[in-house]
Amino acid sequence: MPVNYGSKRLVVGAHYGTRDWIAQRGTALLMAIFTIVLLAQVLISRGPLGYDLWAGIFSSQWMKVLTLVTIIGLGYHAWVGMRDIWMDYVKPVVTRLILQMFSIFWLVGCVGWAVQVLWRL
Amino acid sequence: MAELSKKRPEFRNINAITDLTTYRLPAAGIVSILHRISGFLMFLLLPLVIWMFDLTVSSEISFARFSSIFNNGIGGIVLKLFCLALIWGYLHHFIAGVRHLWMDVNHHAVEKKTGANTAVGTLVVSIVLTVVLGAKLFGLY
Repeated sequence: MPVNYGSKRLVVGAHYGTRDWIAQRGTALLMAIFTIVLLAQVLISRGPLGYDLWAGIFSSQWMKVLTLVTIIGLGYHAWVGMRDIWMDYVKPVVTRLILQMFSIFWLVGCVGWAVQVLWRL
Repeated sequence: MAELSKKRPEFRNINAITDLTTYRLPAAGIVSILHRISGFLMFLLLPLVIWMFDLTVSSEISFARFSSIFNNGIGGIVLKLFCLALIWGYLHHFIAGVRHLWMDVNHHAVEKKTGANTAVGTLVVSIVLTVVLGAKLFGLY
């Protein structure tokens, strides 16, 4: 048995489970559906794409909810992907943890901003 | 795990100059690494996407401000180049992602021949659509 405690404990990893793997698939599906729904609304509209039409798409309640769920899903999806990148290419633990924390701050900040914009519509 | 890996020889053959340039990747390998690169690119450009979302949906005034930035001067061209990168990144990540999901649920899709074909299809469709939408973005038609 390899030692995995004390100073030998592996402090960064993917929890060795299928949870994040399946979450990445689920959120991918969600974003794909959102893309198709948004694209369909733009394509079936008549006339030039001005402010009223564009903002109108996001102001219906169901679209707000779908966009909210998609934004949160995107944050989770991007986190899993970024963590994979850091785990594959960055071996020193301290550097990797700093980059992982930066990714979380970056994504949480982006999600917060996007939700703020969406919810005041 | 940390103990086991010490006993095995380790090959860190990913040096950007001496190793990566000698690799001859099949189409599926190119799709795979581009999937990762496009994801990373969109992660970095995420604030730009939200900034554009903010300006275009918040009010008529901010929408007009975005239009004038987008359509004028060097700033507009730079912004459009970033948008072109986002368009390619989104298209590639979307198509390669759908291919990925298809491979998760279908055993036929992971066969060598099928995998190679869908990889070539992914590259062709994503690049052609990027060129078509990019031409539209820069007002070529």
